Amino acid sequence: MADLKAQIIEQLNLQEVKPEDIGNDQPLFKEGLGLDSIDALELIVLLQQHYGIRIANPEQGPEIFQSVRTMATYITAQQKQPG
Amino acid sequence: MSNANAYITASCVIRDQQVFSNGSLLWQDAPGAELTDFLRKGYDRFSGQYPKFHKMDALSKLGWLAAEVLLRTAPVEDHLPEQVAIVLSNRSASLDTDLRYYNTVKDIPSPALFVYTLANIVIGEICIRHGFKGEHIFFTTGGFDARQIMAYAQILLDTGAATACLCGWVEVMEQQYEVVLYLVERQQREESKLLTVEEMKKIYDLKS
Repeated sequence: MADLKAQIIEQLNLQEVKPEDIGNDQPLFKEGLGLDSIDALELIVLLQQHYGIRIANPEQGPEIFQSVRTMATYITAQQKQPG
Repeated sequence: MSNANAYITASCVIRDQQVFSNGSLLWQDAPGAELTDFLRKGYDRFSGQYPKFHKMDALSKLGWLAAEVLLRTAPVEDHLPEQVAIVLSNRSASLDTDLRYYNTVKDIPSPALFVYTLANIVIGEICIRHGFKGEHIFFTTGGFDARQIMAYAQILLDTGAATACLCGWVEVMEQQYEVVLYLVERQQREESKLLTVEEMKKIYDLKS
């Protein structure tokens, strides 16, 4: 998850945030890391660029991007799926 | 044209790795410093505690930083948010960011860059930071046109649409950048100058 945190920081240009500042279960949006709707789009780009994952169903977004842990779980599950 | 006098009550000029406030050199970075580094140092020096800054494009960072410097010396809390207007202009509109965005299109288009592919976004960033809700407009012209900016600011004051107006020039194209921001008000402050084309040009022509 440390790698994923570093990727999020780089993708979203969170220059004043360090990986260790982001809790595994900390909400990414609103009261948590304070990300906004454009950041959500950038997270989708991150999944595509770094992991080759396209989110087929946009309604899954809030569930996938709830926290770093839910993102990591989703990435792992997608990578286990037969190509 | 004008109903009453208006005054330039503060100014900020940013060019050549230098920041001027009301005609005096406030800070300068090393000659030839990259724009990105210069802007980051300027942010650390004059603001901080505003992480959204790092997501902005160069045009928004420049205008935002100039507004930070300007409003430090001339706060506008006495004006209603709805009465603070912003009138900006430049030569290249958002072309600097448009080209960066275009370069991402062949891979995956960047949402973060896309939202800055309009010149007037810099005005929105200043308004969000300071809570301004007044009239605003962004002109694209071949060069700094003091007469046009003055006329528009004067109309806003004369018609009662605004009691204060941040106005000027915010230009960036790659490493070439230039910001001249004026605060125009009806009331005088210390070191105010009468709002005239000549006075605006004098501030624009400021060199160290």
